Amino acid sequence: MAIEIEKPSVGLSKVAVSDTHGEDSPYFAGWKAYDENPYNESSNPSGVIQMGLAENQVSFDLLEKYLEEHSEASSWGKGAPGFRENALFQDYHGLKSFRQAMANFMGQIRGGRAKFDPDRIVLTAGATAANELLTFILADPGDALLVPTPYYPGFDRDLRWRTGVKIVPIHCDSSNNFQVTPEAMETAYQCAESMNLKVRGILITNPSNPLGATIQRSVLEQILDFAVNKNIHLVSDEIYSGSTFSSSEFISIAEILENRSYRDSERVHIVYSLSKDLGLPGFRVGTIYSYNDKVVCTARRMSSFTLISSQTQHLLACMLSNKEFSENYIKTNRERLTKRYDMIIKGLKNAGIECLKGNAGLFCWMNLSPLLEEPTRESELELWKTILNEVRLNISPGSSCHCSGPGWFRVCFANISEQTLEIALERIHKFMEQRRRN
Amino acid sequence: MGLLSRKVTCNSHGQDSSYFLGWLEYEKNPYDEVKNPRGIIQMGLAENQLSFDLLESWLDKNPDVAGFKRDGQSIFKELALFQDYHGFPAFKKALLDFMAEIRGNKVTFDPNRIVLTAGATSANETLMFCLAEQGDAFLLPTPYYPGFDRDLRWRTGVEIVPIKCTSSNRFKITASALEDAYQRAQRKNLRVKGVLVTNPSNPLGTTMTREELDLLVNFITDKEIHLISDEIYSGTVFSSPAFVSIMEVFKDQNLEKTEIWERVHIVYSLSKDLGLPGFRVGAIYSNDPIVVAAATKMSSFGLVSSQTQYLLSAMLSDKKFTKEYIAKNHKRLRKRRSMLVAGLEKAGIDCLESNAGLFCWVDMRHLLSSDTFEAEMELWKRIVYDVKLNISPGSSCHCTEPGWFRVCFANMSEDTLKLAMQRLKSFVGSITGNDRSHQELKNSRRKFSSKWVFRLSFQSFHDREQDER
Repeated sequence: MAIEIEKPSVGLSKVAVSDTHGEDSPYFAGWKAYDENPYNESSNPSGVIQMGLAENQVSFDLLEKYLEEHSEASSWGKGAPGFRENALFQDYHGLKSFRQAMANFMGQIRGGRAKFDPDRIVLTAGATAANELLTFILADPGDALLVPTPYYPGFDRDLRWRTGVKIVPIHCDSSNNFQVTPEAMETAYQCAESMNLKVRGILITNPSNPLGATIQRSVLEQILDFAVNKNIHLVSDEIYSGSTFSSSEFISIAEILENRSYRDSERVHIVYSLSKDLGLPGFRVGTIYSYNDKVVCTARRMSSFTLISSQTQHLLACMLSNKEFSENYIKTNRERLTKRYDMIIKGLKNAGIECLKGNAGLFCWMNLSPLLEEPTRESELELWKTILNEVRLNISPGSSCHCSGPGWFRVCFANISEQTLEIALERIHKFMEQRRRN
Repeated sequence: MGLLSRKVTCNSHGQDSSYFLGWLEYEKNPYDEVKNPRGIIQMGLAENQLSFDLLESWLDKNPDVAGFKRDGQSIFKELALFQDYHGFPAFKKALLDFMAEIRGNKVTFDPNRIVLTAGATSANETLMFCLAEQGDAFLLPTPYYPGFDRDLRWRTGVEIVPIKCTSSNRFKITASALEDAYQRAQRKNLRVKGVLVTNPSNPLGTTMTREELDLLVNFITDKEIHLISDEIYSGTVFSSPAFVSIMEVFKDQNLEKTEIWERVHIVYSLSKDLGLPGFRVGAIYSNDPIVVAAATKMSSFGLVSSQTQYLLSAMLSDKKFTKEYIAKNHKRLRKRRSMLVAGLEKAGIDCLESNAGLFCWVDMRHLLSSDTFEAEMELWKRIVYDVKLNISPGSSCHCTEPGWFRVCFANMSEDTLKLAMQRLKSFVGSITGNDRSHQELKNSRRKFSSKWVFRLSFQSFHDREQDER
């Protein structure tokens, strides 16, 4: 019997029917389990606790206080003067005051060790859009970007889906705390070549998601050198730059460039967003900062497809230009995240669980490999299901982040209250005790 | 240095055309009633500035909404965290109610079929990504909004093949024009995936007739292709005939449960009807669940700010407000259009009879020194530099006949519009009133050609991003 060739749905594109959006992975399946049975302190105390969502909920009070004291930021004042100008503003250059405020904020986050030019800032509706946009600009369909593993699962969609660009992983492992090495980069490059893929760039996330750690200066230098040698681009997604536990430990690629007097800078592009540091993912605020004029110009034009609401630009321009607010926010947010991190590490340690030494982000990278039946991905997924269904915690399995060594999990700590975190840690403790007894 | 993608070096973004000169000139010398009364008046920007007072008064009466409060309680945190690509439910409902109201409540919309996007610019591109790919084409009736060249083609690789409409029948779509476009696409080895129409039309300012809509339905049925109806101006229909949405046609013909229905997709936005282009509020409404699913995921690349979704959900749920807004907005647009038409008449200039939009499609063929696009460009330049009005030449909208211009009327004050008309009248008087011979006109043309070097390009767009639709 002839094999029926399945036609895609009447006249839809390959992109529309492909699954490169990646939403069939466990990363998303865990969310479903949570949605069906979400933990609530009073109404559903035995529900699933969401620890798979990298949101920052520890500093909302600071934002709310600012808004209360500065209503002009959100409401255009009595009679709404300035409303119409704001409502009409759709210039893809972005509100100048907002770009200025962003540039200053990014500089503040880096402790003043790097300075940003507002005219190099291109605004996009979130870092999701920024990463996709950069990929459209830096690569053609069929080309490849090198990305160190483990990496944020969303990249599979953001970098590949509509762009047709491929990701070739730079494998990192626990032997050296998952740091990128020149050998690993070279191997990835060769691997791409052997598949006849043209490598256009390397994309790093610094601080790393899911590792929750900053990239060391020496490693950044090596990565930049590698990009120069291969004559490719370097994209540094610094979305967690304001979520480091100590200001001095985060080294931005901007600092490395400054130290090199901006030599080789035309191949470097930074992505930023307010979704993590300010906890505002709903407002869709992302940026591309490029040292390459042509990229800035093209990105700006392309941003027409993903502009930030002028209402939101206005609000954040006011908020971030307030030095008193921004300095206090950065400092306080850092302190609170550190406290949360210490709490979870201690709690996990008491349960006999080790984590990668982290210093940033909204999550920790937990090592459960000793618990695996076998050192395989399947075993890891079994363990993940157990934790989801029995311990009732939604955490992210390392395999969804393309981690080459099984048994690692990303556990978020900033999207729940301290009390809920205590409960989660108690559950883990009990679970580990039970396992030890068995 | 690592090379950049082909998308950077190609010019499908369309921003290199000579058309961009008009914008540059305006920016260098913008009219201001007080500070620069002899500056260039901007009439190339399809913005609706006539009804802001209604919005401002609503905001004044509802101060809590912008302040992130609902029923006296702060919902700031909820909004700040809300990034669900399914959209804020209250906003989707309010938006769909508004869309239904605009259509005289003759149709209803299903909230499961709407996808929110950062503006119609994003919606149109997203639909292209869902329905077509490199090597495919969409047919568009000319003249069309210049931004489509970028929005539909740049990153998608999809081609546009024009459905040529002419003044002989007031630029209506005909069966032969549709078939001709289809054949031309085939000859270019392009696979036609669908037709995209803007209804009401930009730049014509007219609503599609039932006959045209029926023609389209037959055409897409026959060819088994998609139909995208960009109804971004649906709320600006200020006089009869009433707006007939493609939805209504399908309902009337009982085609709603058919396969063809699933190939119909609507694009909407609040940029024109509500005058809020800065807020980036667009939507795709599709009857194909697979398209809805794919577009929803794609909207991650261009979500609407939750802050804005909330504000507008409150505003559009206020039915008393929307009723008043729609009525008053129509009235004001109608009045403005009449003003423009009257002013043009005094200058001896006709325009296409229109009942919608924020602009008129103006006939200046009689002012051309020859029936050519070069002459159109010359005339355009004189209007920009001498008359100091920035209007949009028909060639930038891919019009097949030279001499037509789009002139906007809703983005300036009444006084400014009156001044613009006076200037135009004087200009026309000066070139037609003084028995100028054809030779003289030719001479003045040569003078201009040598002064201004330009390339006539059909890739028209300008550097001021907007979708100055």
